[in-house]
Amino acid sequence: MKLLIRNGFVFDPQNGIDGEKMDIAIQDGRIVESVNPSEAVTIDASNMIVMPGGVDLHSHIAGAKVNAGRLLRPEDHYKDVEIKTSITRSGVGHSIPSTFTTGYRYARMGYTTVFEPATAPLKTLHTHEELNDIPILDKACFPLFGNNWIVMEYLKENRVEECAAYIAWMLNAVKGYAIKIVNPGGVEAWGWGKGIKSLDDQVPYFEITPREIIRGLCKVNKLLNLPHPIHVHCNNLGKPGNYRTTIETMDCISDLATDDKPIIHVTHVQFTGYGGVDWASLASGADKIAKYVNAHRHVTLDLGQIIFTDTTTMTADGPFQYQLYLLTGNKWINSDVEAETGAGVVPMRYRRNNYVHAVMWAIGLELALLVKDPWRVFMTTDHPNGGPFTAYPRVISWLMSREVRRKILAKVPRLARVRTNLSAIDREYTFYEIAIVTRAGTAKILGLKNKGHLGIGADADIAIYNINPNEVDPSKDYKKVRRAFRNAAYTIKDGEIIAKDGEIIKVPNGRTYWSKPEVRADLMDAMKAILVKKFEDYYTVKLENYYIPERCLVQSNPINVKASL
Amino acid sequence: MPKLKVVLITGRSIGQGQGKEYGKFSEKYKENVAVCEIDSSDLTKIGITSGQHVKVTTYHGSVVVKGVKSTQEPHPGIIFIPCGPWANAVICPKTHGTGMPSLKGIPAEIEPAPEEKVLGLRELVTQTLREG
Amino acid sequence: MEVIQNVVCPFCGCCCDDIEVTIDSGKITGVKNACAIGMTKFLHYGDERNSSPMVRKNGELFKTTFDMAVEKTVEILTNAKYPILYGWSSTSCEAQKVGVELAEEVGGVIDNTSSVCHGPSIEAVQDIGESTCTFGEVKHRADLVVYWGCNPVQAHMRHLLRYSASCVGKFRKGRADRIIVVVDVRNSSTAKLADHFIQIEPNQDYEFISALRMAIRMEEIEQDSVAGVPVEKIEELADILIGCQFGIIFFGLGLTMSAGKNRNIDAALSLVRDLNSRTKFLIMPMRGHFNVTGANKVSAWQTGYPFAVDFSQGYPRYNPGDTSVIDILNRGECDAALIVASDPVAHFPQQAVKTLASIPVIVIDPHLNATSLLAEVVIPSAFVGIEAEGIVYRMDGVPLILKKLVEPSNGIHSDEAILRMILTQIRKRRG
Repeated sequence: MKLLIRNGFVFDPQNGIDGEKMDIAIQDGRIVESVNPSEAVTIDASNMIVMPGGVDLHSHIAGAKVNAGRLLRPEDHYKDVEIKTSITRSGVGHSIPSTFTTGYRYARMGYTTVFEPATAPLKTLHTHEELNDIPILDKACFPLFGNNWIVMEYLKENRVEECAAYIAWMLNAVKGYAIKIVNPGGVEAWGWGKGIKSLDDQVPYFEITPREIIRGLCKVNKLLNLPHPIHVHCNNLGKPGNYRTTIETMDCISDLATDDKPIIHVTHVQFTGYGGVDWASLASGADKIAKYVNAHRHVTLDLGQIIFTDTTTMTADGPFQYQLYLLTGNKWINSDVEAETGAGVVPMRYRRNNYVHAVMWAIGLELALLVKDPWRVFMTTDHPNGGPFTAYPRVISWLMSREVRRKILAKVPRLARVRTNLSAIDREYTFYEIAIVTRAGTAKILGLKNKGHLGIGADADIAIYNINPNEVDPSKDYKKVRRAFRNAAYTIKDGEIIAKDGEIIKVPNGRTYWSKPEVRADLMDAMKAILVKKFEDYYTVKLENYYIPERCLVQSNPINVKASL
Repeated sequence: MPKLKVVLITGRSIGQGQGKEYGKFSEKYKENVAVCEIDSSDLTKIGITSGQHVKVTTYHGSVVVKGVKSTQEPHPGIIFIPCGPWANAVICPKTHGTGMPSLKGIPAEIEPAPEEKVLGLRELVTQTLREG
Repeated sequence: MEVIQNVVCPFCGCCCDDIEVTIDSGKITGVKNACAIGMTKFLHYGDERNSSPMVRKNGELFKTTFDMAVEKTVEILTNAKYPILYGWSSTSCEAQKVGVELAEEVGGVIDNTSSVCHGPSIEAVQDIGESTCTFGEVKHRADLVVYWGCNPVQAHMRHLLRYSASCVGKFRKGRADRIIVVVDVRNSSTAKLADHFIQIEPNQDYEFISALRMAIRMEEIEQDSVAGVPVEKIEELADILIGCQFGIIFFGLGLTMSAGKNRNIDAALSLVRDLNSRTKFLIMPMRGHFNVTGANKVSAWQTGYPFAVDFSQGYPRYNPGDTSVIDILNRGECDAALIVASDPVAHFPQQAVKTLASIPVIVIDPHLNATSLLAEVVIPSAFVGIEAEGIVYRMDGVPLILKKLVEPSNGIHSDEAILRMILTQIRKRRG
């Protein structure tokens, strides 16, 4: 099939294109130089913005804890339903949409690629089952390694190469994409109902510290040449004063950076960007974090922006979720996973008139506005932790309009204005920068070479938004911006129009990416010999039954990487 | 005939689990499921020995099963029928808004029924439907 | 002769995955490691099998072709205004997914056996939440295991051996390192293995748990005994619960089926939540069928709700007590039923069975069962985990893949394949 998008204002930051009027030609799912207009379906995009399809690098859309959230919260679903059509399935969900609904809602916003950032390896078949049931989108998942017993044992003995071989085996076994670290050591301590307070605390019984885990896994990541850096949810998340831990985490591997390439992605930094010493003195730590990021090339981050709404928090950070339950008194799910990790779920309502929540809201935006290089800060709500992904158009409008930020600031408690820096920030994102923080930059940091740009050979994943950048001033007309980004005029996936003005018109399956590192055979054999014994001791399933066959993925897309091993 | 007021509970047993895998129409299934486990002291009270037939009656119906000495005693005043069609002839259909009928803790009465037959699965279902 | 290792057992929610099955000339001739019930299933799966589809004519079931049985099924389901699609716990997730799609297509209600099993537990989780874990956490860390209202020695026969009391973990070296407590109304087979057995009166669990919560908060219980248990004994139990390093409660239908139902579970979940302020404590329901957990999970991710999902409005609705199958049958509202891998006539109260007898029923099952006695259509299916592959969820949420060990008889398809054909035909008929 051939497609021609004519006369759009094209924003393609990876190729330096900033709102130029041009045509985009598509053939067989890829972007090509040109197509014969008489043979192609033509979309008239004059007066519209053309961008690569959105790429979300951190959104909890699938797997055991997401589903635990769905099960926990029928009240989340009652008032928000999708009715079956001749081509789409029905579904529900405000903050934790059912799988089909998740695919449709992302596609309507012009998103075509979404990564699930936390899966317990033991339950990753579940994650893939749900990813299979999320239509349209290309997907992947990040297995959790920061509290894995076998990892901790290897790293304690400084056997980094064998640890790398083990992680290569794991990514292949569970079809995972990158190394995720959540509250390193702290979730293992939570197995005993305890916690970790600093990067140099010992993990009970394992004689290793979070610092050593992060450094070890960062080295592993480099040895394996994985497409994405280590993806880190810091210790002390959700605690006043935690911005220090966040900076320490970024800094603890700074000596491992060898070139300009980022080697750590720190996620949902809003939740780990708190100043003050307790809730009463909570303040923004965003300026300090931004200062560090601006001075160091080895770090990227994403926001975890909060939205004033009812949502559902869910993380592998079991001890944090328990604290949140104690704080809110809301219902609480905890789910610990043998030898690997944990998880928790707690419903949450962020209120504009709550001083703590208002500070949190400001911190996310400050991070986006104070980090100078948009290629190193990405827009997320850590869906659904900060708020549902369907709020992205709102976040875009906040980034683009000082006016709307000030309107909201005028309504939050005075103390929240004083304890944050947001009111003093004038910066407003351009469409070009929005394209970076929502697709170009995220695709790049994920190592997706064919995504996030519109160059020749790229996947024809394209979003067209009904907004004329020459006529609309996002600073003033933020409502128009919001409306345009809510329902893309067209969403194109692999060269096919799958949504038009908010209506889903085609429902293809998406791919599931996973990393397949190639490691020296003798190293793999040595590692496997040890693994067989450890596995028998540590797990309640057999090694054979842990391995996920490729046929379990509806559209498997391995990424071969050559390890430096 | 002596009658005794008891509390009925239903549940799984090894025999019920095995019987169901042999097939619902197998003798093994009936042997293991059309039974009522009774505490020894209660057997004495109604004057029967293990293996004789008893009639179990609740507000919701009655059924004849084989009375046997419980392996899970002592539990005087409690009788146990493995989950299955015989138990379900006498359990409470009310769900109290939960979707779940009451399958445990049902007030019941037992009495010896030496003359009465324990129905097979087919006859039991047919009888249920006839009563409807 | 061939020996297949690491087979996952398709009987109970333990989903033991260490079974060794010997196959000779396409037949299972030997089974190792399985419990008595699992063994029976593997060795006798072929007994009393029904090899032919059947439809009812003039009150009698007659053998027919597969296509005719599917056609009759399609006719019944397309003519129905409010069909129920029930069962699902003894089949694969793949089949369950087609079931949800089928229910959506015909605008019916899909409900699984948890409705009459741990449905109240799920309703309680929706009120309170739950603190839980995978089995390995118990194996490595638990120094206290409580079995409440369940009898695993009879119903989950390898549970104590593989996952709790006697298994060897990193921090616990076996039975001697753990305290086992049983709370039950009978001195059950499991109680006989316990260090402490608390025998309570039937229908008194809520009161007993409430007293226990008071004791844990050091509040005075102004009674001599609760649920037939002396207060001193309740206080002693509270001390045991508080005193452990890592404790877990496994609970069964003793809590969900007796008076109080979901409220009993509310209390138990709250007890565990309270205990987390003193020590590490978790709780897990003992799920019966090998894939009842999967039925809840598939239903939740596809529809938002774990069971009792009503599609009659074109989108999923959930309200147990209203959209649950027993209530619908008690009210006599449904006008057709598709029963997959279940036997409601053997397990439902009589009032519900009578409604089933009054409407056209389709049964898809490997065996003839009590429900097939009154069915309009009977379609035999392959045993998943023996004659077909499929994904299942262990009771602690760990997904596993059931193996296909032997070929089914000629013309016998998996539940998934049968349902897929029905769905395709229904769509074809509707254009």
